[in-house]
Amino acid sequence: MKKYFTKKLIIYFLTFFVAVTLNWIAPRLIPGNPVDTMLATYTGPAEGRAILERQLMVTFGLEGNLFEQYITFWRQILQGDLGQSITMYPRQVINIVRNNIIYDIVVLFPAIILSWIVGNKIGAKAGDDKKTDKFIMPVIYALISSPYFWFAIIVVYIFSFRLGLFPSAQAYSGGVRPALTLDFILVFLRHWFLPFFTMFLITLGQWAIGMRNMVIYEVKANYANYLKVSGARDKLIRRYAFRNGVLPQVTGFAIQLGQVVSGAILVQEVFNYPGLGRLMLEAVQRQDFFLLQGAFLALILMVLFANFVVDIIYMFIDPRIRVSYSEEGK
Amino acid sequence: MKKRWMLLAVLSLALIFTLVSVDAVLADQPGEGPTTREETVIYTGVSWAPPNNWNPLYHDPQPGTVGLMYEPLFHFNPHSGEWNPWLAEEEGEWIEDDVFYVKLREEPTFHDGTPVTAEDVKFTFDIADEVDLYYSTIWNYLDEVVALNEREIEFHFENPNYQQWQTNLYNQPIVPKHIWDEIDREDIASISNEEGIGSGPFTYGQALEDRMIWERIDDWWGTEVHGEFAPRYVEDLIVYGNNIALGMLLQEELDISNNFLPGTPEIVATPEYNVTTYYDEAPYHVSGNTGLLYLNTERPGLDDPEFRRAIAFALDTDDIIERTYQGAALPADPSGLFGAWADYRCDEAVEEYGFEFDRERAIEKLDEAGYEDTTGDGWRNTPDGEDIHLELQVPAGWSDWENIMRIVDEQLREIGIHTEPNFTDDTVYNNDLWNADFDIAFNDYQTQISGTPYTYFEAVATDDIYGEQATNGNFGRYENEEVFDLITEFNMAPLDSDESHEAAAEIQRQVLRDMPVIPIMLNPTYSQALETHWTNWPSENNPTGIAVGWGGLWQMGGVEALLNLEPAQ
Repeated sequence: MKKYFTKKLIIYFLTFFVAVTLNWIAPRLIPGNPVDTMLATYTGPAEGRAILERQLMVTFGLEGNLFEQYITFWRQILQGDLGQSITMYPRQVINIVRNNIIYDIVVLFPAIILSWIVGNKIGAKAGDDKKTDKFIMPVIYALISSPYFWFAIIVVYIFSFRLGLFPSAQAYSGGVRPALTLDFILVFLRHWFLPFFTMFLITLGQWAIGMRNMVIYEVKANYANYLKVSGARDKLIRRYAFRNGVLPQVTGFAIQLGQVVSGAILVQEVFNYPGLGRLMLEAVQRQDFFLLQGAFLALILMVLFANFVVDIIYMFIDPRIRVSYSEEGK
Repeated sequence: MKKRWMLLAVLSLALIFTLVSVDAVLADQPGEGPTTREETVIYTGVSWAPPNNWNPLYHDPQPGTVGLMYEPLFHFNPHSGEWNPWLAEEEGEWIEDDVFYVKLREEPTFHDGTPVTAEDVKFTFDIADEVDLYYSTIWNYLDEVVALNEREIEFHFENPNYQQWQTNLYNQPIVPKHIWDEIDREDIASISNEEGIGSGPFTYGQALEDRMIWERIDDWWGTEVHGEFAPRYVEDLIVYGNNIALGMLLQEELDISNNFLPGTPEIVATPEYNVTTYYDEAPYHVSGNTGLLYLNTERPGLDDPEFRRAIAFALDTDDIIERTYQGAALPADPSGLFGAWADYRCDEAVEEYGFEFDRERAIEKLDEAGYEDTTGDGWRNTPDGEDIHLELQVPAGWSDWENIMRIVDEQLREIGIHTEPNFTDDTVYNNDLWNADFDIAFNDYQTQISGTPYTYFEAVATDDIYGEQATNGNFGRYENEEVFDLITEFNMAPLDSDESHEAAAEIQRQVLRDMPVIPIMLNPTYSQALETHWTNWPSENNPTGIAVGWGGLWQMGGVEALLNLEPAQ
């Protein structure tokens, strides 16, 4: 038990170190200079630009050599200081990230969990039941193979423009002030629904397909045949097949988390919904080093944490892990 | 039974989750309660990043900081050429060759009740002499600001730049001395100033991740003088895509879209959408700046004025505009001048050296100048036999500009010039532009309409090109000492004087002859207004202003448009 965790923690720590270092290097490889970008809108006389440029270079400490910048970077991270955003100067990156990350959690968290649960249920049913397989799986295949942009636009067209049920953009309407009132919650939920729903549908498919294949394989496995000839009920066999099939799905769940971010960028683009994904995209486009690092760091932490949780869950649902580590531990 | 419990558990979890997330959304965004939709006018296409700076002494504060929150001495309508004395009582006056006189109104006060006085005006300019600010260069030609009394100010000049000075009159917001004098000099340019105290009709209300909310000052000094604003809030929604803004406009989620919306003609023509634009028909919008093709005068082929002129004749701007904007833009005059600038247009120069689409003539010109296909690869070479291969550069993702360049590409290939569109990340584009590391680039950064063609001439042929980067215009590094001197001469000539017109004419003649830039079209000031919540938007028949919230344009008709809005019904 202890050994399992120690091993995992060391791996996580190394991953964190490497990821953070890459995170620091990557933006600095982008050609161009962020200060120039900031000055792009400046239209005053030339001398004024030179003055501004000097000010900005000093403010963002972009003048020191790379090694110095790297050391400062780690020191700041350990102090919880992510620096100031270049494009949203003088705001603190940590505040920007905090204000945005909540929207990712609001949309992604329920969508991921629900799609995993529902997808697995559908897949298990389809793997075992020819009728379901015939009718539901084609829909699932269509869902999974449609590009998100296209799919989301169709959904918006139907639900927003044709039926007028949900707004097509923003986290809440203009003219509405956030407050803990029923009015605001309803507005918020109406805006939340389409981003959530499209994300849910698009991720549903892969779980269903994965589970279906696993179940088809498991119900034909030797232990299932053995159970069958021993006179066990179908329900019991299905339960065992499901339990075995769910293991790779849990691993997939952890891997999926990383990819979800790219999915989130699409959701946020299509629905103009705030969030980390779009923040990162903007930061890349505008060469906001500090913002990009901050958003990426938050992401790394989120993914590592989720993986850690999955590792713990795994120990409970897969007896082999539990046994192998506890036996080694003896 | 078990299922029912499960359902209940899931539902309560969902409820808790909702409450927690709403609460988290609220954490940094203290709310003040119910919907204020009917009191709010909602803009999009103004901000493209979360609001973060309201410092009027910073070069690029949140749009509205100047105009809504802080006020300049004058407002100016660059299309009609009308001056609207704002803090000032009447139009300023050159009382001597080098002394400019302004008298303030009696009424203006800052939001804390302190009157706006001559001392505040003096301080606003003096501080730029003391600290490095974006307008500090004004002190290269300004000598002294004298406050004669509470309301009268004289600006004494060392060498009056009559033309350039005009732009300061409507661009420079006046800040309260009693507040800014207390701020550390080092911090003056860098504070974000959300608590700032201006004199304008609106002030900072709330800055959220995806919107900026301006709140009306109910006892604003100008109510008696300029009128009363009907909207209580001005909300600037950040929408990261023109197509999203289009969707929101059609769903009536916003009131005014300053976005480029594809399909404007169709939207305006469909009454049920309830959307209006300045003109009912093409070009729909008021023009905002001149879109130029900058030609790099240091590249093979492009280093020859005859070759550059041939390109001008080869471009069918009507086709470019039709296919890119569905007619929602105007072709540029060969002089590039429009609006208030057009007073200085020199008809003879345009007659002599102007250009129009004439493909045959373009081919003729190239043939005459010796640009023929000597290598047999199908593309023209320089008279020396050098290959010509020109990249057409615009920032990737700027879809209208990309489209322009694709059509330019087609049209130049038609006359045998080997071109190729090159769409790069905008930071790369900017660097290439400023370092003259491009062949042909489309750009309008420096050509925003203003009170004087001086700014346009600078954009085309500034002499500020000998540093490592040329960022103030003349990106193709066109060298002509005579034109450089003429531009300075123009700047120093009194407004509308014979000297000024003569200088302007000669500048146009030489620039058209040498053609360092090709004016393509007038970029529209996009403004699509919804009449569901607010009416009386500016239009051709109701020219109250220009409904736009872009930075720098509030004082050029944006405030006036807002002032004239009336609630629907």
